[in-house]
Amino acid sequence: MSKFKKSSNKELPPISTASLPDIVFMLLFFFMVTTTMREVTLNVRVKLPTATELSKLEKKSLVSFIYIGEPLRQYQSKFGIAPRIQLADQFASVSDISNFIIAEREARDEAERPRMIVSLKVDENTKMGIVTEVKQELRKAAALHINYSSRKPAQ
Amino acid sequence: MSKKMPEVPAASLADIAFMLLIFFLVTTTMDVDSGLERRLPQWVEEKQDEQVDVKERNIFVVLVNRNNDLLVENEWTNISELREKAKEFMANPADDASLPEKEPKEVPFFGEVMVTKGVISLSNDLDTKYGTYIAVQNELVAAINELRDELAKSKFQKSYSDLENEQQDAIREIYPSRISEAEPRKRN
Repeated sequence: MSKFKKSSNKELPPISTASLPDIVFMLLFFFMVTTTMREVTLNVRVKLPTATELSKLEKKSLVSFIYIGEPLRQYQSKFGIAPRIQLADQFASVSDISNFIIAEREARDEAERPRMIVSLKVDENTKMGIVTEVKQELRKAAALHINYSSRKPAQ
Repeated sequence: MSKKMPEVPAASLADIAFMLLIFFLVTTTMDVDSGLERRLPQWVEEKQDEQVDVKERNIFVVLVNRNNDLLVENEWTNISELREKAKEFMANPADDASLPEKEPKEVPFFGEVMVTKGVISLSNDLDTKYGTYIAVQNELVAAINELRDELAKSKFQKSYSDLENEQQDAIREIYPSRISEAEPRKRN
């Protein structure tokens, strides 16, 4: 008689699925915590330029964004097709930037203020004229640490 | 006596959780924002016209015109050649008289080394395309990064990004990132 004889009449017990919800919930919480919802709706079209020497924006809470690009189709009747600046959720002009920077600075902790970064998300077909004006405004507002947002070139 | 409450079935709990999970999986974007990091110069009140005396040989002039053409040190240049030119300028291995001067400087780990006094000056036209401008900036940053990496490899046998903070500081002192963005002049 073999020792390993199969007990032919015994069936395999079904795997218990009682812990399945727990596992799924754990995954769910992970994704809920790591997800960052997009805070602003873009009113301008921004196709970022490509660059290889990128550095990452590690702390999201330190970053303020300035978008520059052509207005989207539905705004073109009102704002034209020339590149425009978008701050937070609305179109803005160059002179609004200093107030925007001050407001952004006020919203941060005292300790974080000196490390604030302004990320410029500019469409690659924009002319430098408007970008330069924005840069001059940033200098006036003493927001000197900037980041030209760009993406990795596709292989 | 009140009747015992029937138990709530928990079998569909997993399905609900799965649905939520899939929603978050789909909407999550894991990409981190990245870009070229730069520091703007301090704002100075206009019309001081302080001519900082920098010798001609110490400046690497890069001009970008409105047709996105490059003029590097008075030579029409393709963007693919820019990196090599900038590297040659910053390193100046043969102590060429037309390339920037060097001055001795005490640097930790290295002792006294000759450090370049070169400055890269980048100016653009108001009609230059932003994409071109970023491409040029990228090449200039890449040139300096490559020089730092080569130095790190020859001295520490490691790439620059793997070095300790003090070692990186030392290398940064030898190859400083001095890219000055001139304010564009208005077209006449």
